[in-house]
Formats: sequence, C-alpha cells, structure tokens
Amino acid sequence: MSGSSDAPEVEPGAASVEPGRSVHLLSEMLRVRRFEERCVELYSHQAIRGFLHLAIGEEACCVGVMQALDPEDAVVATYREHGHALARGISMRAALAELEGRVEGCSRGRGGSMHLFDAATRFFGGNAIVAGGLPLAVGLALADHLSGRHRVTACFFGDGAVAEGEFHEAMNLAALWHLPVLFCCENNLYAMGTALEFTESETDLSLKAASYRMASWHVDGMDVLAVSEAAREAADAVRAGGGPHFLEMRTYRFRSHSMYDPDRYRDKAEIDRWRSRDPIDQLRVQLVARGVLTDADVERMESAIADEVLDAVDFAAGGTDEPVADLGRFVTSTPGGAT
Amino acid sequence: MSTITYREALREAIREALIADERVFVMGEDVGHYGGSYAVTLGLLEEFGPERIRDTPLSESGFVGAGIGAALGGMRPIVEVMTVNFSLLALDQIMNNAASLLYMSGGQFNVPLVIRMATGAGRQVAAQHSHSLEGWYAHIPGLRVLAPATLDDARAMLAPALDDPDPVLIFEHAMLYGTEGELTDDAHTRDITSAAIRRRGEDVTIVAYGGTLRVALGAAEVLAREGVDAEVVDLRSLRPLDTSTILTAVSRTHRAVVVDEGWRSGSLSAEVASRITEGVFYDLDAPVARVCGAEVPMPYAKHLEDAAMPQVADVVAAVHALGA
Ligand SMILES: Cc1ncc(C[n+]2csc(CCOP(=O)(O)OP(=O)(O)O)c2C)c(N)n1
Ligand SMILES: [Mg+2]
Repeated sequence: MSGSSDAPEVEPGAASVEPGRSVHLLSEMLRVRRFEERCVELYSHQAIRGFLHLAIGEEACCVGVMQALDPEDAVVATYREHGHALARGISMRAALAELEGRVEGCSRGRGGSMHLFDAATRFFGGNAIVAGGLPLAVGLALADHLSGRHRVTACFFGDGAVAEGEFHEAMNLAALWHLPVLFCCENNLYAMGTALEFTESETDLSLKAASYRMASWHVDGMDVLAVSEAAREAADAVRAGGGPHFLEMRTYRFRSHSMYDPDRYRDKAEIDRWRSRDPIDQLRVQLVARGVLTDADVERMESAIADEVLDAVDFAAGGTDEPVADLGRFVTSTPGGAT
Repeated sequence: MSTITYREALREAIREALIADERVFVMGEDVGHYGGSYAVTLGLLEEFGPERIRDTPLSESGFVGAGIGAALGGMRPIVEVMTVNFSLLALDQIMNNAASLLYMSGGQFNVPLVIRMATGAGRQVAAQHSHSLEGWYAHIPGLRVLAPATLDDARAMLAPALDDPDPVLIFEHAMLYGTEGELTDDAHTRDITSAAIRRRGEDVTIVAYGGTLRVALGAAEVLAREGVDAEVVDLRSLRPLDTSTILTAVSRTHRAVVVDEGWRSGSLSAEVASRITEGVFYDLDAPVARVCGAEVPMPYAKHLEDAAMPQVADVVAAVHALGA
C-alpha cells in the first residue's frame, strides 16, 4: 500500500497477518467465488433473472474490508454486492433466495441481485444507481456523529462512480463535517464498457479524495492481506475520530459487466494478465508454501463451501413466492398508504 | 422484404442523421466502445469515430447539460441516457435549462436537442431500473415527448425530432428493442404530432402508447373473439397530446379505456381521461376507465412484476366492466 496525502505508510505483508486470519480470508473469498459461480449456472437455467453482476476476481476487496468492521458498523454497497453481503454475514441461503425472487430472500424477493438488504447486519443495500449510495453513507455517519456513537460506515463504489456529482458532493460533505465514513473504491478500470482513461481526466483516483483534504490510500486489490491491513488501519482511524478515509483498491473483474454484456471492449491478453493475479490462487499458494495449510486442508475447505452452496441452492429452490396480494405492502410504513 | 428490429430501426435513423447533418453527434454512457447498453449504437463508433460517437463518464447531469449547451452553440446533439431512472440525475438540466431557456430568454435561446432513453419494466431489473416516468416529462411545458411504439416510428421519429427547434425526448420501451418485423411507408413519415389509430373498432376506444400498445392490441384481439370491436389509439406524442384524435375516436365508440404503465395518481392516464371527460362527456356511455401500473416501486420477482404491469387480461376486464 502506498499512502498519499497525510495517510500513514504501513508495509503490510503476509507475515504480519496471523495464520488463522489468513485462512479465514481465503475461506471467505472462496465462499464468494463458489457462490457466484453457481449463480452463473442458475442464471443459465433462468432461476436467476434480470441483471446479475459478478465480482469474480474482485473478492479480495469486499472480504478484506469487511474484516475490519465491527457488527455495529454500517455497510452501503452497489449492485455488484453478493460478496459484500456474504462477507458481512448475510447467509448464502438468504442471498440466493433473494436472487431467485423468493420471499425467504433477504429483501423478500423484491430486490433481486442488485438490492440485497439486511437490517441485522446493518447492510443498507444493494444500490443500483451509480454513486447513489455515497450520500446515504454520509448521512448514516452523520447520524452516528450526532448520536455520539463511534461507528464506521463503509461505503463501496466503483471507479465509474467517481465521475458522478453525487460522489463529489458526498466527499465534500464527509470531509467538511469530519464524518466517520470509510469510502471504499473498487477500481476495476472499467465502468461497464468504458475504460477509466475515457472517463477521468485524472486517473489516479486517490488524488480526488486528497483534493477534499481526506486521508486517502491505495492498495493492491488483488492482495487480500494488503486490503485487510489497509482497511483495518483506515477503519481504526475513522473510528477514533480521524474523519473520513478513502481507500482505493485496484482490482479487476474477470467476467463481463453483467450477463448481458458481450465484453467487446477488453482485450483477451489484458484479462489473462489479471487472471494470473487471481486473489484466491495467490493466497492459497502462499499459505500452502508457508505451511499454514496443506492441500488436504484446502480440499476440506472447498468441500465445506460446496456443501454450503448446495444447501443454499436447495433452500432457494424450495422457497416460496410472496403472495400477489402483498404487492402493495411496504410502499409506506402504514398499510393502505400506497395510493 | 427483409425484417428489421426496433433497435436496428433506431440505429438506421441515427446513421441517417449523422450522414445528413454534420452538426449531429451522439453522446452518452457506453454508446461507443460498449456498443450501447441496448446495442442501439452498435458499430457507430467504428463508422463515425469518437468525436461524433462520444462515450461519456457516468455524469448524467453533466453530459445532458453539455448537450443543451452544444445545442445552444449550434450543434444538433442526440443524447442517450441509459434508462429513465438515471435521467433523474439530469432532471434539473432537462427541466430548468432545456425546457425553460427559450421562454426565460424572451425567445432568444432555443435548444434543438434530442434526448433518447429507455423506459419501462418487464425485464426483472427491479425498482431502480424499471419505471415509466415519461408522464412526468410530459408534464413539462417546453418539451416535446415522443414514444415510438412501432418499428416504423422507431425509424421515423428521429429526423423530425432533430428538425424541431426545441428539445425533444424520445422514450423507448425496453421490451421493444428486440421486436422484429418489416418497415412500411410510414417509416418515412415526418409526423411527430398526431396520434395514430392502430386498429379500427366501434365498441370501445383503448388508448395506449409505447410499451402498452402491444397490451392494448392483444386485448383488442381477445375482445374481437368475443364480438367486441375495439378501436386502439396509439398516442405517439405524449406532449403535446393529440386530443382531437382521441376525442374523435371516443365520441364514436362511447367508451374509453386508457392504458398506461406509469403510476395512476397524477399520471398521463389521468390527463387523457380528463381530456376525454372535458371534451366528449355527453358522448360517453360509461365512465372513462384506466388500467395502470401498480403504485409500487417495481419488484424483482417475476410474478410480482407481472402483477404490477398492465396485462391483456386487465384491459379486457376493464372493457367488460364498461358494459361493452
Ligand atoms: C446513475 C446511473 N447511471 C448509469 C447506470 C448504468 N450502469 C450500471 S453499472 C455502470 C458502470 C459502473 O461502473 P463502476 O462504478 O466502475 O462499477 P463496476 O460496475 O465496475 O463495479 C453503469 C454505467 C446506473 N446504474 N446508474
Ligand atoms: Mg468499475
């Protein structure tokens, strides 16, 4: 990680992370990966419909940051949020049931893939308006500030969001009012089919934050240990009253933007280059080489995750449809407020 | 004769405009390298280059506003906004600038701009990608609002829209892009002011537009099998409304059903129903009926989304309830 502006420099490395935590990080990334791989299958069988955005390749970001949060912290995510939801503690069952439109889903089947919500884990969505979540995060942090609570609101968004006015308005508010927001930018170099160099006059995104006098850091988003160390340090600083922090994670999505995307705009060699830095493979190889894990341990981990995925698939398949009579429920908090 | 899809018809119209007038250019998110989020602009970057097929950053207010400025500066921009829900980020520019500049400036500054966007539900993309907000835009004086529901109109409406000295919004229902068929002579009409009679009938007038035209025509088929002869009016232009075509039809059939995917309260359907009541009240044999989208943010689950959208059976039932 390199810090810009007034962020402290730390040199994270595999050695500084306890083995137990590294194993947990590997297992969490694998859960996200295997879950999403199954989603692809379920999409081809039309059990999942609509837009499906996968974070395959980007697992180190959501998993690494989530480790730094406490249960009472808040999370605001985007439409590419399966991994964030799982890593935050939403069950695979509730997430997959949501993706299949079941009432047992974490949003009762109303939201689908892009709108996972969960009050229990303070997971405030799944927002499908690019940059739409940033002002919400500022407000959540404002509420904590006004209530004297020492909590962090982690807000995830992509490189594309940085071009939106809402990004800049939210950054300024958070910095101006010194609010406890951890801005987590997952820079995967593309906003749909438009590469960063076509959308930003300044492609070093951490400089944007610096221009708001916000502590800003960037980190290798393919290295979960680096992400988790940086996120921990940043979250601790935010919690301690250090004001908002900006963490840019440089990452890459291995698959297309959504299931509709023919991926005409990226070059195969570029994708292969990034695939060779797969965050899961990297950590697994490292842990086996260090003797923290054996191949048999990895197999056991895989098989436990496969069971968890299978269980979620069965759960979602056996789920129920919300009655059509409930269509107007929750438009307002009082029944009958709809029209 | 070869067939064409709705998206290809739109693309042909855009190509023709780019070739015909060097002031025309296209700008919006993913119109270039990606090929258009609904593939309408696919191939145009290769043909016309990045100056005229401009990929924009995600900044709806910025690039729509820039489109307004470019129009003021003498260009003829075609601005694509991916989906009507995202146009809300640009609503300020559309309403406070595009729609108002001519009037505010005492007639000095007109805005010859075309903004295209997708609208509507049916693809299970839930509550932030599925709404039918064209009725809101039809509320705004200073705008012309079009809803091509047919292949011909997809092909025809752009050229006269670009010729309009004032801002024109074109709403393309997301479920229409893949529809396929043949163009007719109407594909070259310059008419963007009239409603069209899509089916002649004597017993009831069904008024629809955009994505609900198919629903209205489907209902008319079902009704025809029952011996009820429905006239179907396609609004085509949502602002200004072609009131006289609507009133002529209703005064002949004496019954009317307005179909609108938008929410009922304060809606375009309410406007059409009011005009019918104001204009031909004494010709009516029954109150004007409406079939609208359920007043909910759109749910993801298929069965709920279907329940939230006007369906053929709903229109048939509404016609039955009028005693037709
Ligand atoms: C306001 C708004 N404009 C456009 C879109 C369509 N859209 C959805 S995702 C996306 C790309 C966003 O890219 P980025 O922020 O980098 O996130 P990534 O998808 O790469 O994770 C676009 C253009 C949207 N959802 N919201
Ligand atoms: Mg991106």
